[in-house]
Amino acid sequence: MKIIVSVKQVPARDSALRVNNDGKWLDESDLSYEMNEPDAYALEEALQLREKLGGEVVVVCAGPQRATQTIREALAKGADRAIHVEIAEGPALDALATARLLAKAAQSESPDLILTGLQSDDLGYGQTGVIVAELLGFSHATIVMEVEPQDGTVRVKRELEDGWFQHVVLPLPVVLTIQSGIKKLRYATLMGIKKAKTKEVKTIAASELEADASSSAAMDQVYLPQRSKQTQILTGNSKEVAHQLVEKLKFEARVL
Amino acid sequence: MSVLVILEQRDGKWNRLSFEALAAARAIAEAVGGSVNAALLGAQTESLANEAAKCKVEKVFVINDPLLAQYTPEGYTAALQQLIEAVHPKVVVFPHTYQVRDFAPKLSTRFGRPLISDVVSVKTSDGRAMFVRQLFQGKLSADVHSSGDPQFVSIQAGTFRATEPGDQAGSVEKFPAKLDASQIRSKPEQPFREAQRSVDLTAANVIVSVGRGIKEKDNLPVVEELAKALGAELAASRPICDNGWLPMERQVGSSGQTVAPKVYFAVGISGAIQHLVGMKGSKTIVAINKDESAPIFETADYGIVGDLFEVVPALVEEIKKSKA
Ligand SMILES: Cc1cc2nc3c(=O)[nH]c(=O)nc-3n(C[C@H](O)[C@H](O)[C@H](O)COP(=O)(O)OP(=O)(O)OC[C@H]3O[C@@H](n4cnc5c(N)ncnc54)[C@H](O)[C@@H]3O)c2cc1C
Ligand SMILES: Nc1ncnc2c1ncn2[C@@H]1O[C@H](COP(=O)(O)O)[C@@H](O)[C@H]1O
Repeated sequence: MKIIVSVKQVPARDSALRVNNDGKWLDESDLSYEMNEPDAYALEEALQLREKLGGEVVVVCAGPQRATQTIREALAKGADRAIHVEIAEGPALDALATARLLAKAAQSESPDLILTGLQSDDLGYGQTGVIVAELLGFSHATIVMEVEPQDGTVRVKRELEDGWFQHVVLPLPVVLTIQSGIKKLRYATLMGIKKAKTKEVKTIAASELEADASSSAAMDQVYLPQRSKQTQILTGNSKEVAHQLVEKLKFEARVL
Repeated sequence: MSVLVILEQRDGKWNRLSFEALAAARAIAEAVGGSVNAALLGAQTESLANEAAKCKVEKVFVINDPLLAQYTPEGYTAALQQLIEAVHPKVVVFPHTYQVRDFAPKLSTRFGRPLISDVVSVKTSDGRAMFVRQLFQGKLSADVHSSGDPQFVSIQAGTFRATEPGDQAGSVEKFPAKLDASQIRSKPEQPFREAQRSVDLTAANVIVSVGRGIKEKDNLPVVEELAKALGAELAASRPICDNGWLPMERQVGSSGQTVAPKVYFAVGISGAIQHLVGMKGSKTIVAINKDESAPIFETADYGIVGDLFEVVPALVEEIKKSKA
């Protein structure tokens, strides 16, 4: 089975986010980056499917030059090779533009299965996988918890709201967007890290792909959200705030 | 017509976010001028359509077809594509439900348009609507506009107050979509729930909920002590349950339980929307987080900006003292 996994590099969780001078994107100068969390689970699922069924796992990543670090990490964990669609630094693309690039890159590989994360931690569109499926004419399922390949089809367990689930059977080729937490993640071994250095990374400039990667949903301004609620922030050392809180809960909220 | 809002039902029951999307659609119609129409898909939805018609809409289009009895992305996309091509809305509005996440990007792609997902408010700029959405799980906001029509937007839960039915009713009109069973490639089985939960968080008066700020499983006793001192149930954000540090049935949020205790302590939880929808009905919310810009502070009544490993033990001591 030939599996493509789309992996995105995003600012590390808990990064201090600062808006840049033109107010349209972040000041990226002192950010550190990591693999988008759901993508790590998509990669894990892909690796386990390959271990069961054989085949190949190809990582596709669209991002600036710095994204090579995340691509190497995916290779170190066991992906066979990678395609890096290189895009310029700067304001983020909309989901349609990104998906057009990824779909073009994936198309020439004729995969049976494309796994994406269900959502990116930075932009949070929650769309890219579904759009890739539509552009390639593949079927798709979102928020996937389990993947059972069958003959020419795949049966997946989808998460619905309020604790409901549903199985869906889909014909291949198919795009699945993977929910976080569905398998235990592996770590890259030293051996894996060494091997990754010899694995193929094909770099393609976005402009070479002949995909329309202009965003028609543009961000005019990004900013810290205005607070509207009157939250009482308690101040002091730990003992003081603890004391204040107990008083408030007893006498103001009357819940203790 | 200007704004078309897509309502959602399953087995004859509303997804209540439909009415929040309706309210958003009205706000958008005010911004861009024009009226609000609604659409409802399913196998037999007339009575729901009559209800929706009372919610300040001009018209409700009903698309009924046996092939829409069970949701599939192919069926919904095909039906709505035909409706949109027939009525030419300027803006198409969806509630940001799991179902919408599953098909709306497919539909908007058919029109070569981006979907502006997870919108929390609407502004006007030069006679066009400008949409505010969140980035980084609520840590940042962005004003987004898209050029060209139709615009597709989905509305985040809990950001618009649901439209209530009034006395006047709009009309209900059947829209005959042409659907073909061969278009529908995904074969859904019946939805199901996992085995009965042995923990019923909804009955708890006080909940101490722990997030990724706890860092490691071995640190859990820190919050367990707090729960014990308060006589509270222990709950968690999703990553804690994903890691297997606490059982799934203790997860609060859109894919876990929805709780509304008297007091909810969010300890080391950032306040992503999927967590908030599960607990924002709590009477009193206390947030302990070391990041003063964490979105959880927007929902909390009382906030402590600090290291949970210092604050929580101090709190346990104070509670014990006050009970003694
Ligand atoms: C479809 C879907 C469904 C989902 N369903 C759910 C759901 O049901 N429930 C749910 O919770 N999530 C759900 N999520 C995930 C959700 O989007 C968030 O990723 C998750 O809630 C984040 O959990 P967290 O706040 O514990 O972690 P993080 O976002 O990583 O936040 C950790 C917080 O801890 C703080 N912190 C760190 N160290 C300390 C310290 N020493 N002292 C004090 N504070 C500290 C940090 O400042 C940070 O704010 C869902 C996501 C999707 C896409
Ligand atoms: N630039 C990118 N490179 C590779 N994969 C991406 C990129 N952007 C999005 N994706 C994939 O699409 C998923 C959903 O992203 P989004 O639609 O932005 O929420 C992510 O989890 C990734 O798997």
